[in-house]
Amino acid sequence: MNKLLTLFLIFMLPFTVLASEGLQLQKADIDLTNNASLERGAKHFVTYCLGCHSAKHIRYLRIAIDFDLKEDKVLKEIAPLGANIYDKMTSAMNAHDAEKWFGIMPPDLSLIARSRGEDWIYSYLKGFYTDKSKPLGVNNTVFPDVGMPNVLWQLQGEQTPIYKNVDGREVIEKLSIKEAGQLSEKEFDVMINDLTNFLVYVGEPVKLERERMGKYVLFFIFMIFILSYLLKKEYWKDLH
Amino acid sequence: MKSNRWTDCGNWVLDRFPLTKLWNDHMAHYYAPKNFNFWYFFGSLALLVLVNQFLTGILLTMNYKPDAKLAFDSVEYIMRDVNWGWLVRYMHSTGASAFFIVIYLHMFRGIMYGSFKQPRELIWIFGMLLFVALMAEAFMGYLLPWGQMSYWGAQVIISLFSAIPIIGDELSLWVRGDYVVSDATLNRFFAFHVISVPLVLVLLVLLHIIALHEVGSNNPDGINIKEFKDPWGHPVDGVPFHPYYTVKDLVGVAVFLFFFATVIFYMPEMGGYFLEHANFIPADPLKTPEHIAPVWYFTPFYAILRAVPDKFAGVIAMGGAIVVLFLLPWLDRSEVRSIRYRGGIYKKALLLFVISFVSLGYLGTQPATPTATTFARIFTAIYFGFFLLMPIYSRWEKFKKVPSRLTPVISLEDRIPALIETFEEVTVKTPVTKEDGTTVVRRKPNFNGMANVVVRLAKKLKESLD
Repeated sequence: MNKLLTLFLIFMLPFTVLASEGLQLQKADIDLTNNASLERGAKHFVTYCLGCHSAKHIRYLRIAIDFDLKEDKVLKEIAPLGANIYDKMTSAMNAHDAEKWFGIMPPDLSLIARSRGEDWIYSYLKGFYTDKSKPLGVNNTVFPDVGMPNVLWQLQGEQTPIYKNVDGREVIEKLSIKEAGQLSEKEFDVMINDLTNFLVYVGEPVKLERERMGKYVLFFIFMIFILSYLLKKEYWKDLH
Repeated sequence: MKSNRWTDCGNWVLDRFPLTKLWNDHMAHYYAPKNFNFWYFFGSLALLVLVNQFLTGILLTMNYKPDAKLAFDSVEYIMRDVNWGWLVRYMHSTGASAFFIVIYLHMFRGIMYGSFKQPRELIWIFGMLLFVALMAEAFMGYLLPWGQMSYWGAQVIISLFSAIPIIGDELSLWVRGDYVVSDATLNRFFAFHVISVPLVLVLLVLLHIIALHEVGSNNPDGINIKEFKDPWGHPVDGVPFHPYYTVKDLVGVAVFLFFFATVIFYMPEMGGYFLEHANFIPADPLKTPEHIAPVWYFTPFYAILRAVPDKFAGVIAMGGAIVVLFLLPWLDRSEVRSIRYRGGIYKKALLLFVISFVSLGYLGTQPATPTATTFARIFTAIYFGFFLLMPIYSRWEKFKKVPSRLTPVISLEDRIPALIETFEEVTVKTPVTKEDGTTVVRRKPNFNGMANVVVRLAKKLKESLD
């Protein structure tokens, strides 16, 4: 018994010692069935993000189909002026200018939700704060030394950090709004959540469809299982 | 009249091709022991996954572009614009991980029941060659999506060649075709992944099966079923593979597909283990990711590589971890095959080996902190100890008496009464009066009963290790 216990402990040790401390991210409330939220998110994306960031793997037509919207409506209310329904969500900014202005081409955001995760996007967009030592005057709690200006500052207002002393180091405890923006805190959270929801959709437009399909496939396989089990029993019943 | 013509056609072929003979030799008249248990499903499942990889792989090549500029986008094109492309791609990516799960369990079965021992050494060697080919196939396939982890994983692994003295740098340059992983590397990996290695795999599978059917399958008792034959010369403890095991494997296939489909439709990324998060960022030769880890099925070997302080010695250790597996038939000196009748020392050694293999797999996914490295070293020592000390400790073993005939396998249905009994033991019926006055009997957990069951299980486990 003792030996077994020791073995068990040896086995468990690496899991306890190496339990990593993750960043505390705020939880996004993702609901891909909420077409209204996705539609608002798409509008926000085109208004605030598409100037620099593309989402080149999604077409406006796909958005119209998946969000159950008329093509005209998508072109009039979501897509930028002059876009075609078959166009992909490309940005007007070119790499040459981008490198001159920001030092780097802003990344395509088609798969950002799959590489970073929804909570990261949500926390990132809410995590900008004033930091005069940075070239753009802002920094970010989840992306230190970020190279992107806070494009949403007019809506959110200006955030300043409140520090806390942990083991002799200054650590940001939370952000507080110094100067209110056009939106209330609650309205801003809803807006960021819509935007995150849209980016999660763009990451994998087929997600809802595959989950809907999954139950039928699993049911079918379960039926095959029952049939094959009965078949096996029938064949093996005479063996001893 | 028409059916006669068909029969004539069939006979015309059968007169010229030994189809009947092949079918009888390998299916209808191939006698397999009749007590195969759960562990014997994984051979046929490996074949199923291989077929899945071939079919989905062929479909993927129709839209994939092996070009550093186009590869990443072409994968996303498959995921979004190609009809059913997402399903085919997820079947292929999940299939890769499923292949390794199935193969690891298949190999563990072989180690447990001594299937590698005389006269089946060559089957084991072919199997190990298959495993090496599979690793090459998976490694090269992983570069093709051209994501950050594809790129940097390949960069790290190919750079291992440069640790070899004298010829190292030239060799790694020759493998890459460039000074860094680039379009040239992607193209040659594509060629190997879709043509060369699959051909080798098919050939080795054939050799593996032909060698198996020459000497016959092992069984959970590890005994020779050919010693007792009926008047017609068939082993009394054997059954024809077809139809008995074809219908039985069908059940295994259904259960496997259930899990396989669950992953494909509900968790294709498997929490970042089957499809890594960083691989959704296109490859960038100028930006090294903070933490480079190979896909989960390589992590045990990757942990061994990192556990050794010197790079070249680490490469040797990693290669050695696979080479010792080849030597297994000659390292094990025990006359008894199956773990059922082997001594406690081997059972404990095997348990330690499994624990160290799984732990190394976990450590390989984590950043190499000093504590992690210390643990990786301990587990690496256990890993090699299991194999290299085997010639010594397998001599000390005290065997149990091996039966001359197969022990019957207890079917799931026979276990149901015992399961119900256990359920009765861990729950207690308590009458509950509802608000409307009616009384219903509800089951509540019975902690005393649970403790009893756990103690009994632990005792059984301990006994089984002696």
